[in-house]
Amino acid sequence: MKDFADIEPGLALDDLIVCPQCDAAYRFKKPGNGERAQCQRCHKTLVAPRRNAGLQIIAVAFAVLFLIVGAAYFPFLTIDAAGNTNAVSILDAALAFSGGPMIFLSLATAALIIFIPLVRVLLTLYVLIPIVLDRPAAKYAIPAFRLSEAMRPWSMAEIFAIGCAVALVKVADLANLGFGPAFWMFGILVVLVIAQDSFMCKWSVWYRLEHPKTS
Amino acid sequence: MVSSGTSQNIVSARELGVVACRRCTKAWPLGTERCGRCGKALESRDPLSLQRVWAYWIMGVICYIPANLYPMLQTKTLFQSDESTIIGGAVELAHHGSFGVAAIILFASVVIPLGKFWAIAFLAISVRERTMVSKGMRQVLYEVVEYIGRWSMIDIFVVAILSALVQLKTLASINPGMASIFFALSVIFTMLSAQAFDSRMIWDVQAGNGARSRDE
Ligand SMILES: [Zn+2]
Ligand SMILES: [Zn+2]
Repeated sequence: MKDFADIEPGLALDDLIVCPQCDAAYRFKKPGNGERAQCQRCHKTLVAPRRNAGLQIIAVAFAVLFLIVGAAYFPFLTIDAAGNTNAVSILDAALAFSGGPMIFLSLATAALIIFIPLVRVLLTLYVLIPIVLDRPAAKYAIPAFRLSEAMRPWSMAEIFAIGCAVALVKVADLANLGFGPAFWMFGILVVLVIAQDSFMCKWSVWYRLEHPKTS
Repeated sequence: MVSSGTSQNIVSARELGVVACRRCTKAWPLGTERCGRCGKALESRDPLSLQRVWAYWIMGVICYIPANLYPMLQTKTLFQSDESTIIGGAVELAHHGSFGVAAIILFASVVIPLGKFWAIAFLAISVRERTMVSKGMRQVLYEVVEYIGRWSMIDIFVVAILSALVQLKTLASINPGMASIFFALSVIFTMLSAQAFDSRMIWDVQAGNGARSRDE
């Protein structure tokens, strides 16, 4: 990619790529698979295509889907102190805020750690499966991908997982703690969510949605 | 990407008479209203950006005050019931000798939120006033604030986990206090404030061109 020290007039807009963070304009040259195009000014990654990224993302998305459902259902921590035991699932934790205005916090927590990650996975599958199969894009694929991207900062499963570790440290010397199956599922989930976000090249998805294969 | 090493020659889309979609990076002629690819409203520089930044920022600061006045956790054990605020809890831990944990709590729940308020205010002021801090440094500051913003929710999640887990009938129980709802609101408003900031303005300032166009 070149910078625009010498701009010829009448340049085709399709040849341009603009950094969303600092507005620097570049003449677009698609990087090869595994390479990345970075903004020279603010170093934001603009395009980073990967071979088979679509397939990898879909595989990971199915795993994430399975793990979210499992992690929400099974107990993830059990506590045992002087004969009193208590096993909680992630849904229990989300719904721990009860009474009066706290209910809103419960709903928000449930959304941030379960529903938004879940919806993002479903939207990703919906958008990417037709693209990977070289089919025409799914109906409403563009708003679906838009919604998925808008939800990105509000998907907080990985933060919740680190929160578990902090909570464990706080009660470890008060009681015996046991890890349920969901605890490990959530651990794997965190790694997968982070991997999925790093595989995804947004530019490539938008490009394919704009130029769908019609065959 | 070919790095030609001539970063001073970088031209902004605005100077080219182009407006770029911030969601999908596609370029359109200046004046286009909506991105034809993804449908996002196009705005070369959002004139209302700073107003929204300050509106959310004020809400965030306002919510942060009761978040520190009300108790965050209500701990009931066999013999006593105890309500502690964020700072009170940390001070108590320090009294018991856990200086490390107390320092971590103070850092995560007090220093980081206050740091975010300061950073966003500084960035918003810096695109209006002259500043000694370079554009690159301010861009890094913005990215750090955006990255850290979500992680402040960890306090709320810890309260949720503790409250759900420690319910051992008469032996011990932990319940969330009113501060949790204000703390969560403060985090959310601070995130919205950071998201409302148009980081492209960092790069306009002092370039002459950008400064003039903001006053149009
Ligand atoms: Zn840039
Ligand atoms: Zn767009």
